Amino acid sequence: MATATETPAEVGAIQEFTVTLIIRRFDPEKDAEPYWQDFDVQMYSTDRVLDALHKVKWDQDGTLSFRRSCAHGICGSDAMRINGRNRLACKTLIKDLDITKPIYIEAIKGLPLEKDLIVDMEPFFASYRQVQPFLQSSSKPEKERLQSVEERARFDDTTKCILCAACTSSCPVFWTDGQYFGPAAIVNAHRFIFDSRDDQAQVRLDILNDKEGVWRCRTTFNCSEACPRGIEVTKAIAEVKQAILRGTP
Amino acid sequence: MAINIALDAPRSPSARTKRGVNWEKWGWIYMRVSGVALVALIFGHLFVNLFLGDGVSQIDFAFVAGKLSDPFWQWYDFFLLWLALIHGTNGMRTIINDYVATVSVRRILQSALLSSTVVLLVLGTLVIFTFDPCPAGADPELVASFCAETL
Repeated sequence: MATATETPAEVGAIQEFTVTLIIRRFDPEKDAEPYWQDFDVQMYSTDRVLDALHKVKWDQDGTLSFRRSCAHGICGSDAMRINGRNRLACKTLIKDLDITKPIYIEAIKGLPLEKDLIVDMEPFFASYRQVQPFLQSSSKPEKERLQSVEERARFDDTTKCILCAACTSSCPVFWTDGQYFGPAAIVNAHRFIFDSRDDQAQVRLDILNDKEGVWRCRTTFNCSEACPRGIEVTKAIAEVKQAILRGTP
Repeated sequence: MAINIALDAPRSPSARTKRGVNWEKWGWIYMRVSGVALVALIFGHLFVNLFLGDGVSQIDFAFVAGKLSDPFWQWYDFFLLWLALIHGTNGMRTIINDYVATVSVRRILQSALLSSTVVLLVLGTLVIFTFDPCPAGADPELVASFCAETL
């Protein structure tokens, strides 16, 4: 194994260093409570947290469980709490973290923990389904539904959602009240409420004008800070609130 | 093999109940409107009480009695009381809803909150409109100057 840790490499070269990961482990068949376990891994400055997890799983402890599919920030499988912040493991570079200290990795909060870094996403997707996140139009056009650039730009930001649950599981209201729809469901409702081709905005506004709907949002901005796609989540929620007040999108 | 599964903070996705009128939207609007009104009312209150005239040192029984004998300040304090108390109560209700998961505890806390608010509103309103600025037999030194005619 290379030990180039101390010698300063020439400019532009890829550096290698030892990183300590402290991972919150939980095996429902053995453990009553989750516990922290630390691993030392050799990483390069170009590596991501996901690579570190792979090194642990492939070389040190094969029982470590986490979700990942595309590993390139699109599938939304590997949202986890890294040093206390919800991030995608595949988009978080090791060198952007403070590697003089251990890196703490745990499952996202507010959803039932299943094993290690895996949570039950079903309550999250149940909220998502409830806002009817699909195009509903009363007309059957002969050709494609035309939309101006401005009409498309109206909801462009919220089309970027990858349903990773980083926002919803960073929301303090959702932590204490799992019945709250959560930011992600509202973002995906926003995507259709403000779509000029959709005719059922009113239905979604009525769904979100609920005791557990948009009014539970306390604008703490945790969701906007957590979103790996840079969606202005809190702003989207505020726009849905405004649309409910107006009674029309 | 007996498996004892203990999940961290389990959360059942129980069906959302649709009971009663939904006042959340009006609660939200009330917080915004009363918040703006309270900024003006509170700073007006602080300015008149603590800055105009002799400032803090002017506040005594006679000063308060003088204000509460003027219909303008009666209504001013009336709106200050109702807007602020209901604003605060709604905020506390929100916090209870956010953090108390047990239904029975939540009911107890919310009814305690509601009853204390009603009592405070009734008492406060009563004081504002039935306050006697010149109590019989009071030391003329301590009451408002206009009491000299009545005492």
